[in-house]
Amino acid sequence: MNASDNHNNETIISTKDLCVWYDDFQALIDVSMEIPEKSITALIGPSGCGKSTFLRTLNRMNDLIDCAKTTGNVYYRGQDIFQSSMEVSELRRHIGMVFQKPNPFPMSVYDNIAYGPRTHGIKSRAKLDDIVERSLRNAAIWEEVRDKLRQNALGLSGGQQQRLCIARALAVQPDVLLMDEPTSALDPISTTKIEELILQLKENYTIIIVTHNMQQALRISDGTAFFLLGDLIEYGSTDVIFSTPSDKRTEDYITGRFG
Amino acid sequence: MKTNQLPIRRRAYIATMKTIMWISALITCALIIGIIVYVFVKGIPFISWDLLSTSPTYIPHHIGILPDIMNTIYIVIASLVVMVPLGAGAAIYLEEYATNQKVVAVIEYAAETLSGIPSIIYGLVGMLFFCEFAGLRTSILAGALTLVIMNLPSIMRTTQESLKTVPQSYREGAFALGAGKWRVIRTVVLPGCVDGIITGCVLATGRILGESAALLFTAGFAHALNGFFQGLMSPGATLTVALYVYAKEQGEFGAAFAIAAILMVLTLGINSLAMWLENHFKKLREQGYPQEKSKE
Ligand SMILES: Nc1ncnc2c1ncn2[C@@H]1O[C@H](COP(=O)(O)OP(=O)(O)O)[C@@H](O)[C@H]1O
Ligand SMILES: [Mg+2]
Repeated sequence: MNASDNHNNETIISTKDLCVWYDDFQALIDVSMEIPEKSITALIGPSGCGKSTFLRTLNRMNDLIDCAKTTGNVYYRGQDIFQSSMEVSELRRHIGMVFQKPNPFPMSVYDNIAYGPRTHGIKSRAKLDDIVERSLRNAAIWEEVRDKLRQNALGLSGGQQQRLCIARALAVQPDVLLMDEPTSALDPISTTKIEELILQLKENYTIIIVTHNMQQALRISDGTAFFLLGDLIEYGSTDVIFSTPSDKRTEDYITGRFG
Repeated sequence: MKTNQLPIRRRAYIATMKTIMWISALITCALIIGIIVYVFVKGIPFISWDLLSTSPTYIPHHIGILPDIMNTIYIVIASLVVMVPLGAGAAIYLEEYATNQKVVAVIEYAAETLSGIPSIIYGLVGMLFFCEFAGLRTSILAGALTLVIMNLPSIMRTTQESLKTVPQSYREGAFALGAGKWRVIRTVVLPGCVDGIITGCVLATGRILGESAALLFTAGFAHALNGFFQGLMSPGATLTVALYVYAKEQGEFGAAFAIAAILMVLTLGINSLAMWLENHFKKLREQGYPQEKSKE
């Protein structure tokens, strides 16, 4: 399926007949989807429908779950990510991830941001300083933490921690950011800040965001995909999905009749 | 419902039970305090700088426990040096790498079982294996290696437990940035569980101090003063073994009680250290990990 609204942007990630099993339980059923570059794609659907599974498959974080099995294909810029020639570490550098619960490492703000670049071999202090500042600025948190770079990141507020995690993901210069309900653990003000940030990031990054908040999907996303019990039911431009969904189940879900 | 509204038989029953429990607690405390006081009263008069700082001689008859103190230190160091990498390594493997949960369960069960075996059996096996088969003869090293086998399960288990306390979200965060397994373990997991390893070491030290049966077989009774490496290859009594030798074979009860008093103080010190470390690391954990170094 294709989000028609973004036909002018090139496809950056596409999946073909993607299935994921946890032992005998099938969590994703033949999901085929094309995600356009430099856009925001929202994944919606009731809990347990496979949104997180889909997201974690895209940067192979699902490899970490022993009982998970995957069939079908995922292409990142035309390259099959399950092929043995694909370096998982490189893939994850290009496709970053922000989690539901902010998970800064119990280190200083600086070391949190520098963690990724150091992982990929950057050691020079000057370069790291530069990356740290740039990433924090890009995540709209520089002004708040510029005097606290040496303090433990766990001392920041929840909203700040989440923006720090976004900055940490940006520090390795990814193309794509996967966000799994990044605001569901935050207060409304922090949520607004992060939504504004996501809209800014769209200029340079492709964002795929899972959200339970229909308003949020409507406010920020270009394309929306509706999942139900592991099936991709409907995928199209957000305006169309929210105004004239073609599937009855989509309509029921976005009008709050279930979920 | 208040007690005085209960029937009289019930009240009498409660009162009797309370008295019995109170008396049990009293007897237990009295016994413990009694033993401590008894050992100190008998032992402290014999503790002198001369006792602590010299070697024993037969002619003239003289008792000094410096070699035993040194042997104890050597055996603790040698055991820990071998035990920590092995135990922590095994724990890291089981928690972070092993995918076959059945194998993990079997190893954990084996470790549980091993830690329940009486130490004299370790002594016997250690004697046959390290002293005879491996050719180490009766030596501090053979004793230390026997203690390693004895304490390995427990240090592995404490490390495992502390690995489990490192939140999965840290690992996920690091993996998501493209870090490899070993980097994740080294930078995110291990700093979160050093406290477990160190607490495990302190507890192991306490057990090594108290061990005698296994060492009687493997490390011997000698009281010669040696340097570290020569000491490892020579037979030697630790404080606990020396206590046995002086009391049981030479009838030197003064020296035996002096050593007992010293061991009791050491044990107390080690337990306090373990407690202090636990609190210290809890605080440290709240403050975060030490920072990585970068080149200027
Ligand atoms: N690690 C796992 N092991 C077994 N089942 C899982 C695991 N993770 C998710 N599932 C199952 O897969 C389904 C989809 O989960 P998930 O992708 O987390 O859904 P969502 O993010 O849409 O709430 C759920 O039924 C869930 O129980
Ligand atoms: Mg989810």
